Amino acid sequence: MYSFEFEKPSTIAEAVAALGAEEAQALGGGQTLIPTLKQRLAAPAKLVSLSGIAELKGVCVEDDGALAIGGGTTHATVAREAADKYPALADLASHIGDPAVRNRGTIGGSLANNDPSACYPAAVLASGATIRTNSRDIAADDFFQGMFTTALADGEIITSVRFPVPQAANYQKFLQPASRFALVGVFVARFADGVRVAVTGASEDGVFRWTEAEQALSADFRPDAVKDLKVDPSGMIGDLHGSKEYRAHLVGVMTRRAVAAAG
Amino acid sequence: MAQVSMTVNGKSVSGDVEGRTLLSSFLRDHLSLTGTHVGCDTGQCGACVVHVNGESVKSCNMLAVEADGAEVGTIEGQANPDGSLNVIQQAFQEHHGLQCGFCTPGMVMSAAALLKENPKPTEAEIREYLEGNICRCTGYHNIVKAIMAASGQDVGAIAAE
Ligand SMILES: Cc1cc2nc3c(=O)[nH]c(=O)nc-3n(C[C@H](O)[C@H](O)[C@H](O)COP(=O)(O)OP(=O)(O)OC[C@H]3O[C@@H](n4cnc5c(N)ncnc54)[C@H](O)[C@@H]3O)c2cc1C
Ligand code: FES
Ligand code: FES
Repeated sequence: MYSFEFEKPSTIAEAVAALGAEEAQALGGGQTLIPTLKQRLAAPAKLVSLSGIAELKGVCVEDDGALAIGGGTTHATVAREAADKYPALADLASHIGDPAVRNRGTIGGSLANNDPSACYPAAVLASGATIRTNSRDIAADDFFQGMFTTALADGEIITSVRFPVPQAANYQKFLQPASRFALVGVFVARFADGVRVAVTGASEDGVFRWTEAEQALSADFRPDAVKDLKVDPSGMIGDLHGSKEYRAHLVGVMTRRAVAAAG
Repeated sequence: MAQVSMTVNGKSVSGDVEGRTLLSSFLRDHLSLTGTHVGCDTGQCGACVVHVNGESVKSCNMLAVEADGAEVGTIEGQANPDGSLNVIQQAFQEHHGLQCGFCTPGMVMSAAALLKENPKPTEAEIREYLEGNICRCTGYHNIVKAIMAASGQDVGAIAAE
């Protein structure tokens, strides 16, 4: 890893100021960034740790019932503190990586990174969540812009994520056992005004909404409602862990399982 | 260079480190606590698991400066005050939970974190908790047995393999 300056501010305002410096980068839990620095795939001149900022941490219910999670909240904290408020989200958080990864990794870091196989992007997109930064609110539908690409500007910090809580929801992750990420993961969320289905791990464009399934499930929320739908393998990821056709097939299987489990 | 101070196994320590110094390397190279092993250095294998403020973390995936002011626990702090093996370590010995021993410090630290959270885990819970701890020797079976035994549970229920 190349050397860098290190700063650990205690407020969002100080962090934003520190990130204004040339080639400065935010450090969340470091579970993705530190391995990236070791491989010299990133070489920031300055790392600005977000771990000392109390206002970035925690889970709370807003006046309208939506769940707000601070951008610096660890996966372990979400697994514990969202369990009774949004069980499907807490369950997703409790199966990210392993316990040691969950004790450090944060929701803000996961979303900013937008790994095509990461779990949180599926929950955020399926819930129609809002990503709040130090300067604006970004709708989930506008936030994810393809593999490892988001709407975030340089130095912009995810301060919290606001999740409308669905009537029923479930996440099904087909584990890639070596990386412990999703080979394919599907998050299904049923709201009073319709169903949203988001798929991670499968597409070369990163997380996406499976709109045909959303329409079918909004009319009839049963696994059978999507049994005849097919996903086009052409835009899917194909690698040694699974072909394009295999992933396209898994999208259907995981969606049906998620609907069955959401009930 | 930055000065970091922390408590390691109950003792106050401090040292000058670079921003990029990993907690694993601060423990091993600056404090000579080489019981914390570095297997992969990529966050995958769990050999480097230590406790930071009571929670398990992979010390190869955390900067030493991030542990400034923290309470750190390593394998060197696990034995009883008289130097005898603690319950988990003793159970690893009795149930052959190690062969080459390379993964063992991380396994013991993860097991300690698990039993603090969940004093009577099921076999399935133990296996799931150890997902980030890789062992290339034992096949895991005797590790799971050792943790069952350390939690005071009957190991006969785990099918022999
Ligand atoms: C062994 C292992 C297994 C894993 N398994 C899974 C899995 O199953 N599913 C899954 O989804 N993920 C998995 N991960 C990834 C993990 O969830 C990471 O914690 C996460 O992707 C990055 O979060 P972080 O807080 O560690 O961010 P960091 O690694 O610190 O940062 C990642 C990126 O986000 C930026 N960033 C960090 N915080 C913010 C913020 N608040 N605002 C704006 N930008 C920010 C950083 O500048 C950097 O570019 C795994 C990781 C490991 C090591
Ligand atoms: S050495 Fe840290 S996880 Fe392998
Ligand atoms: S005992 Fe050799 S790696 Fe686990």
